[in-house]
Amino acid sequence: MTRDLDLLLPSPHPVELIDPTGQTVAEAAHELPDDAALLRAFAGLTTARRINDQAGALARQGRLAVYPSSHGQEACQVAAAQVLSDDDWLFPTYRDTAAVVIRGVDVAEAFLPLQGAWHSGYDPHRYKVAPQATPLATQLLHAVGVAHAARLRGEPTVALALCGDGATSEGDFHEALNFAAVFRAPVVFLVQNNQYAISVPLARQSVAPSLAHKGIGYGVPGERVDGNDVAALLTVLGAAMARARAGEGPQLVEAHTYRMQPHTNADDSRRYRQDDEVAGWVQRDPLARLETWLRQHDLLDDAQLAAVTADADQLAARMRTELAQDSTPEPAELFAHVYATPTPQLVEQAAVVADELSREDEH
Amino acid sequence: MTSTATTGTVGHEKLTMAQALNRALRESMAEDDSVVVFGEDVGALGGVFRITDGLTAEFGDTRCFDTPLAESGIVGMAVGMAMNGMRPVVEMQFDAFAYPAFEQITSHVAKMRNRTRGAVSLPMVIRIPYAGGIGGVEHHCDSSEAYYAHTPGLHVVTPANAADAHRLLRAAIASPDPVVFMEPKKLYWTKEEVDLGAELPGIGRAMVRREGTDATLIAYGPSVPVALEAAEVAAQEGRSLQVVDLRSIVPFDDETVCAAVRSTGRAVVVAEAPGFASVASEIVARVTERCFHSLAAPVRRAVGFDIPFPAPKLEHVQLPGVDRVLDAVDDLQWDLS
Ligand SMILES: Cc1ncc(C[n+]2csc(CCOP(=O)(O)OP(=O)(O)O)c2C)c(N)n1
Ligand SMILES: [Mg+2]
Repeated sequence: MTRDLDLLLPSPHPVELIDPTGQTVAEAAHELPDDAALLRAFAGLTTARRINDQAGALARQGRLAVYPSSHGQEACQVAAAQVLSDDDWLFPTYRDTAAVVIRGVDVAEAFLPLQGAWHSGYDPHRYKVAPQATPLATQLLHAVGVAHAARLRGEPTVALALCGDGATSEGDFHEALNFAAVFRAPVVFLVQNNQYAISVPLARQSVAPSLAHKGIGYGVPGERVDGNDVAALLTVLGAAMARARAGEGPQLVEAHTYRMQPHTNADDSRRYRQDDEVAGWVQRDPLARLETWLRQHDLLDDAQLAAVTADADQLAARMRTELAQDSTPEPAELFAHVYATPTPQLVEQAAVVADELSREDEH
Repeated sequence: MTSTATTGTVGHEKLTMAQALNRALRESMAEDDSVVVFGEDVGALGGVFRITDGLTAEFGDTRCFDTPLAESGIVGMAVGMAMNGMRPVVEMQFDAFAYPAFEQITSHVAKMRNRTRGAVSLPMVIRIPYAGGIGGVEHHCDSSEAYYAHTPGLHVVTPANAADAHRLLRAAIASPDPVVFMEPKKLYWTKEEVDLGAELPGIGRAMVRREGTDATLIAYGPSVPVALEAAEVAAQEGRSLQVVDLRSIVPFDDETVCAAVRSTGRAVVVAEAPGFASVASEIVARVTERCFHSLAAPVRRAVGFDIPFPAPKLEHVQLPGVDRVLDAVDDLQWDLS
């Protein structure tokens, strides 16, 4: 199948519908989402920011083993959850806990791995959210598989797979794009280009015209979007999801955004970037611009804002109580899920552990 | 860390293992222009564990540089550079993140010399921080040494103290063969009095770390301090345990290990990795084959269980500690002697 190159090329500039000052972009090639969608997105952004703030605080207090914050990337987090229907699957990374919660996963379950209690805290089938992936880009192929299986089974599912700018250098990223294209799988890839892979800036990661251009060689159309403009994200991702659902194959979307905080709470970002670079991105904050836009269009007043904030505060309060609990499973569970039926050796080893721990208790 | 190259420093000083490794890299780079260091975040950041701290500043970014984020790419490019006159020292960020490079390592790094009937050697080092004990989340705590040790063509080396880290990394970089250099990350920050000028045995030699007469503990990397602690506790209980530190898994020092076991007649292997089909299994097999007639009891293992490495709050269940080691020692049929 040959494709017209023009159909594969991303637009010359990232799609932006609401600019950083909160004004509607004139003569945009895309339509704004409807008011209800934008109000829902605003509530989502407020929630996501609150999750990041609260989780950051809990990490500082030592209540979380680690927290990779999506502060600054909340528009991507919210849009990724909001464009999904109940049938769709989300394939998140370690940085996407906010998207996972907004998709509907309970905070206590979502944060279990960050508490250091187990590797994944929710049932992926229940929420149609894959376990958050740490080995970079590996989950993208799983998304292609889920999407392809859905097609074979006649299900309306589209898989939305997330990864970072750094992950686009891994082989699995390229294999996923090619497989998705060859099998015309209903999958959308969203690259959150937050400009850094830990300390390595984008310029050292790739010299491609943009990350969205990486689809071309595989026959996957690419698009780039202002990743701090939730309106643009909802429109572009929404269209990509609809296209995939209609059987027209995969799409690659690159969102330009910024990681406002260190890679995780354990990282020292002063070693590789300047504070004024970070400060420059405050002006592009995803929350502020939507709030301005909504107020100007009489869609948000102080009372509504207070209500949205109160909901987010409530979630943060739940995080504080839930994550103060010791959620560590019993050690015996370490042997329960390695296989469908534990091997005879594991049964023996579980008994050894029980014995070791009972003697520890005696001390 | 200071930024001056201190080639051939002699004298005692206090260093962490991380600093000793950094020193070894500096010295090798200063001595030999063909030594290049690259990987993920090894430049400006100095590596997530700061092992490469200051190298780019001192030697420039042609000698120590960040690559795009792709482990297979890093190792594959190192193969080519080693084929063309350079001595690459590459860093895998964590144990489980070396797996994308597995094909390059097992199909090419390990086999090049043999495939080319000795015509092409690959003098390269793959540094891998490994094992648990730091409360790391999943994929950050694997004991992956058996995969490499099982692959003919790779040297597999793992220091357990700062002096060895320095000595063995220097030797690894100088080696004509590829070396998988496994760094027990929980020991990176342990400060020790070291003498970097001291003559130490090179790759392929084990060392007796503590003399003892009743039984021999055989350990490597992260398990050496555990074995030493167990020997200390046992001494208080009136049992004298000898501790052997392998230092090098491949080549394996049968001579030192077997001499030690013959001297006590009893042995326990201590290792963090899941025991099934592991380096510990190999040690038990070798010792049993060679020392059977000197053994008063079957060789035992105090090792990790055959489970994926647990999340931070449960890692203590997996890690062999002093109690698990001493339980194994207790099982060495003392009543029969
Ligand atoms: C295969 C693999 N290699 C290395 C790592 C270690 N690591 C974790 S996050 C990260 C940077 C990823 O950058 P990017 O894809 O841009 O995502 P971001 O963290 O910026 O969201 C690295 C190198 C990993 N998780 N997996
Ligand atoms: Mg990034």
